[in-house]
Amino acid sequence: MDEFPIQSGDDVVRVRQHVRTKAAGNGLSLVDQTKLVTAASELARNTLVHGGGGVVQVEVVKSLNGRTGIKLHFTDSGPGIADIELALRDGWSSGTGLGLGLSGSRRLVDEFELDTKPGVGTTVVVVKWSR
Amino acid sequence: MDRVPIAKIGQTLFVSIQIELEDESVLQLQEDLADEISSTGARGVIIDITAVEIVDSFIGRMLTMIGSISRLFDAETVIVGMRPAVAITLTELGLSMKGVRTALNAEKGLEILNGRS
Repeated sequence: MDEFPIQSGDDVVRVRQHVRTKAAGNGLSLVDQTKLVTAASELARNTLVHGGGGVVQVEVVKSLNGRTGIKLHFTDSGPGIADIELALRDGWSSGTGLGLGLSGSRRLVDEFELDTKPGVGTTVVVVKWSR
Repeated sequence: MDRVPIAKIGQTLFVSIQIELEDESVLQLQEDLADEISSTGARGVIIDITAVEIVDSFIGRMLTMIGSISRLFDAETVIVGMRPAVAITLTELGLSMKGVRTALNAEKGLEILNGRS
């Protein structure tokens, strides 16, 4: 498992590059790689902008039926999300974005888990499986 | 931060994005293009994203905004060369890129600009 800091725009680019390399090296198709890297970019930006920075862990995982996947685990210790349902809705934004970051990245991956506590922070775990 | 170069040929500005796009680079490009259009009076902008591996909601929104900004200077922007995987991902993400024209490649983009009276 690899861990990367997310403290600047540079870091977001490094996360994208690393996720791309991992996804390509573990049998994800070009479209699936692109979807995962795009989701990683959205979530890394959320960590940076809304979470005040954090880390991401990148892990290669195996399913019971032998498929390989890439799991990304984003953690920040920012203000947290007060209303998860609202935050996951298309077009809802707390900042200047389009409000597609969370809702959009959820559509781009196979598994999506969000855990947040106001005042403590937010973690988002996503998995994309090879087909 | 890397800067995206802008070339002017006739009445058209050409931008070919060959770097890994950081948010700051996209914001800088937006500013540089607005300056360049207003100072040169260019009528069209072609942005070639053939080399761009992902367009997320921020980059997509910035590209759309470049289209809106250039329109304020009576210039049309055409985004060309989007990769198939990027088009599929953008659509699933929910980003329509409404407000900016797209074309298959630079040649078709130029045709669009030249067809404009």
